[in-house]
Amino acid sequence: MSSHLFFLGCTVPVRGQNYELSARKVAERLGIKLIDEPDFACCGFPVRSSYEDTAFLLAARNLAIAEERGGDIITLCSSCTATLSEVSHRLRTDPDRLKWTNRHLKEIGKKIQHPVSVKHFARFLYDEIGIERIKEKVERPLTQLTIAPHYGCHYLKPSHLFGEDPEIPHTLDELITATGARVVEYEEKKLCCGGAILGIDEDVALTMAHKKLTSVKGEGADGLALICPFCAIMFDDLQRKVDSKFNTNFNLPILYYPQLLGLAFGIPETELGFKFNKVKAKGLLS
Amino acid sequence: MSLLKEVLSRPGGEEIRRCFACSTCSGSCPVREIDGRFNPRRIIRMVLLDLKEEVLKSDFIWYCTTCNSCQERCPQGVRIYNIMNILKNIAVKEGIIHPTFKAQVDLVGRMGRLYEVEDFDNKKRTKVDLPEVKKVFPEVRRLFDLTGVRIDE
Repeated sequence: MSSHLFFLGCTVPVRGQNYELSARKVAERLGIKLIDEPDFACCGFPVRSSYEDTAFLLAARNLAIAEERGGDIITLCSSCTATLSEVSHRLRTDPDRLKWTNRHLKEIGKKIQHPVSVKHFARFLYDEIGIERIKEKVERPLTQLTIAPHYGCHYLKPSHLFGEDPEIPHTLDELITATGARVVEYEEKKLCCGGAILGIDEDVALTMAHKKLTSVKGEGADGLALICPFCAIMFDDLQRKVDSKFNTNFNLPILYYPQLLGLAFGIPETELGFKFNKVKAKGLLS
Repeated sequence: MSLLKEVLSRPGGEEIRRCFACSTCSGSCPVREIDGRFNPRRIIRMVLLDLKEEVLKSDFIWYCTTCNSCQERCPQGVRIYNIMNILKNIAVKEGIIHPTFKAQVDLVGRMGRLYEVEDFDNKKRTKVDLPEVKKVFPEVRRLFDLTGVRIDE
């Protein structure tokens, strides 16, 4: 088995410490060794809309580093996941693009021969650890909680990269069920968080977040579980802003899935970064 | 070059001619539901009619959330999300860039990161037992230079 290099991306290390802390803790409990790689930089996603080739090389640079270290990549951010997966796939299937890429990477002393595989942490838990093994580690089943899953977009799409039907997603549902919590269905389950256009039109982005929160709250969920730092910015960091814009008072805890799983494993809240959650999620179990 | 020809020549743009205007994309678009000015079917149609200036100068090409719903559901295999990206890339080439995207490009080019990491952030990280992270990646800047992208300080 190859080693797993931990790809943090741009958002997680400065705005998603609760995600990072809880993912590391949960991985430790499950015996997953995540190796930190300080040379990983931006995945390229923020540049893609403006300069596709530059963005492609940014992704390729990270893939080259992983290949050199002899590991695959495990990600926390869904946009990093889709961007790196897409570039890895293209390099595996398009020899001309591979040549073009290596011509540029040579200038910074890097090279790609066998593009590494990239997997989102949640998908790694589902595929490589498996629901049964996760259940075995649960010490404190969260049976009193009702949780709504938010998959986000880039964890599922483009679907040819991930093999899960984006119209009927199921992996996060099952991962939540494994903690003992009850999963609740809601109408806007597949709605995007709006994060990518927050800087383009805040009104539209917040309206999307409001729609999602309204739908989740309407089903009586105790919390929303998610797996992408930008989705968390929309629903957790900006929940108060949504409230003041729409005159609502959602008070809906937003949890990173590893925080939820960590609770079920019996890891104390203090070790799962709950103090970083903007909407108070401490004491969810009390 | 005509806009349509340029879209057709780029990877992900080839299938645009297969559009039969069913509007599945617009029905799936979460932005269209809130702001009707952003309408993927109309944008596809405008490209097919080669309305270059109208497309590139319109605000709405910047409104795509990249959710990919349109592309996943298109019965004709038109890669709409890719086409939206192509249109933005062409606009940038023609000197039209949304200030938010310009700011993101400059940040990533300068530091190799979208968010600046300051000593304060690393202190905050070590306080909770997280490893420090690098602040700047000069190699990333080099990749911008190699592809001819100018970064403003």
